Amino acid sequence: MNRFVLPLAIFAALIALLAVGLTLNPREVPSPLIGKPAPHFELPQLDQAAKTFTEKDMVGRVWMLNVWASWCVTCREEHPVLLGLAKSGAVPLYGLNYKDKREDGLAWLKSMGDPYQLSIHDVEGKVGIDYGVYGVPETYVIDKRGVIRYKRIGALTPEIVRDKVLPLVQELGRG
Amino acid sequence: MARLLAFLLVVSPAPWAHAKEAAPAAADPALEQKVMALAAELRCLVCQNQTIADSTAPLAEDLRNQVREKMRQGASDSEIIDFMVARYGDFVLYRPPVKATTLLLWFGPLLLVVAGLLVLLRRLRRRPPPELELTTAERERARKLLTESEAEPR
Repeated sequence: MNRFVLPLAIFAALIALLAVGLTLNPREVPSPLIGKPAPHFELPQLDQAAKTFTEKDMVGRVWMLNVWASWCVTCREEHPVLLGLAKSGAVPLYGLNYKDKREDGLAWLKSMGDPYQLSIHDVEGKVGIDYGVYGVPETYVIDKRGVIRYKRIGALTPEIVRDKVLPLVQELGRG
Repeated sequence: MARLLAFLLVVSPAPWAHAKEAAPAAADPALEQKVMALAAELRCLVCQNQTIADSTAPLAEDLRNQVREKMRQGASDSEIIDFMVARYGDFVLYRPPVKATTLLLWFGPLLLVVAGLLVLLRRLRRRPPPELELTTAERERARKLLTESEAEPR
C-alpha cells in the first residue's frame, strides 16, 4: 500500500509540529534586551522619595532587578523564593515597584518581608516600558558592565534559581 | 421572577458601557486618529490577540500614551515602531518584517502552493491518455447498432 505512505508521513509530521506547538508557552516572548545594556533610569526610592537610584550605581557588580507590585498575585507566590535568595547573599537584589501606590508597596514589604537592598518606585510604569515589562513579576540579571544577561517573565521558582540564575551569577561574578 | 429580572437590569451596569474603545483624549482629533492608526499595528503583550488600540489592559493604555507623547514630540511612525521593537521585540508587530528568521512565515504558503502544483502536474502526466481509437470490430458493431435502430419501426 505504497500510496498511503506519503500522506501518512505528512500527517505524522503535521501532528509532530502541532504537538511541539502545544508545549510552547506563548507568554514567553524572547526579549530583545538580552545582551543589550540595561536601559537608563533614575527613580526615587520607595522608602525615601528624596533619594534616587540609577542602574549606573551598580556598574562593576552583578545584580538582579525584580519587578513587583502589591497588586500582583504571582508576586506573592514568588516572594518566598526572593527572600531565600536574599538570605543566601548570592547576588544583590533590587526591586522595581511597578505602577503601585507608595504606601501599598511599603505595606506589602512590611507584611511579607523585604528581600531587596532597596526598591525604586515607578508609578507611571515608564521605566517598565523601557525594560519591556508586560507581565509582573519579571526579573533581570545584569552583569558588571551593565548588560542584561537573563530575563525571566513570570515568577522565579526554586528550580530556576538553582539551575539558571545562580550558575549565571557565579559565572558573571568570575568574569 | 419578573421582579428579580427588573432588579438585575437596574443593578447590573449596561454591557455597552464596557464595550467602548479606550477613550481618546479628544483634545486633538487629528493626532488621536494617527495614534490609533499606529496603535492598531501594535500587539498588546498582555492580551496577545488584541492590538494596543482595542485593548483596555493598563499596559496597552500606557503604550498608547507613549505613542501619543512621541507623536506630539514629532517622532515619525517608523521611529515609534523602532522604539517598541527595541523593548518588546518583533512580536509587537502585527506585520512581522521579512528577515532570515521569518522567511518561512512569509513564503511558507507560497511553498505549499508550489508543492501542490508539482504534485498535480505529476499526476496529470502519469495518467494514461484516454483511448479514442476504436478497433475495426467496434466500428462494425457501432455501425450495425446505428442502422438497426434506423430500420426499427416506430
